Amino acid sequence: MSVLGSVFSLLSAGLFVAMDAVDVAFTEAAVGAGVSLVFFLAALALTEHEETPVTRGNVFPLLVAVLTGVLLIYGLLEAPPFGSADAPAHLHVAPEYLSKTEAQIGVPNIVSAVLASYRGFDTLGEAGVIFTAGIGVLLLLNGGLPKGKGRE
Amino acid sequence: MDKNFFLANYNYWAVVVLMMSGFYVVLSRNHLIKKIVGLNVFQVSVFLLYISVGKIIGGTAPILTGKPELFSNPLPHVLILTAIVVAISTTAIALSLAVRIHEAFGTLDEAGLIAIEHAIERESVQSQ
Repeated sequence: MSVLGSVFSLLSAGLFVAMDAVDVAFTEAAVGAGVSLVFFLAALALTEHEETPVTRGNVFPLLVAVLTGVLLIYGLLEAPPFGSADAPAHLHVAPEYLSKTEAQIGVPNIVSAVLASYRGFDTLGEAGVIFTAGIGVLLLLNGGLPKGKGRE
Repeated sequence: MDKNFFLANYNYWAVVVLMMSGFYVVLSRNHLIKKIVGLNVFQVSVFLLYISVGKIIGGTAPILTGKPELFSNPLPHVLILTAIVVAISTTAIALSLAVRIHEAFGTLDEAGLIAIEHAIERESVQSQ
């Protein structure tokens, strides 16, 4: 199951390359296919992998999922067609980044320029999220201490 | 609402199908770790939505080569880079919560956990 998830991440990384997002594909392949596989395998090793058969019917979850999907499609009916250059998403700040990166930042990779400079505070917040998650995992798993030390 | 409209927006339909598959897994599975896998599928569908919005047909990856080129939008790429890292952080927290739940209750099965919770409630009502 976790290995299938890893394969899924790798396939989606391929899709990202096809849609010109090479940096995202690197990250997805490393994080989604690599690190999260390790996490899932570790969690499964620490717990159990047997699932009791689902007793309640599958009709209700299916119904909820299909209904939500229909609502989402309804919401997307007015979205711009795939790949169009004049979609609203491409008209606001992206042209500025594309035209000014060379003069203002001077690195060829625009994604790095935006990530580290134009939107550096976002990246600082991201580092904060990783830090918080690391502390949370350490606290939840008791820092690897043996049972009975600081735990009821 | 003709056929061309549906073909021109195929990225959105793919994203909705993927997202609802993840949602269905979250709702229907009993095992908590399988639910987390479903959440991961859900998250990847959101990434695909953003990246497909950023794609411009005929564009290339946003790396300056000195030649005048048409680039895809770099902004969604940046946002999704951040989102992937946040996603792995939340997955790590969710998995460690699952490990902790398994330690405390000896099961990761949703039905089993609900049964244990009801038993605890009944005990506390009786002891009062």
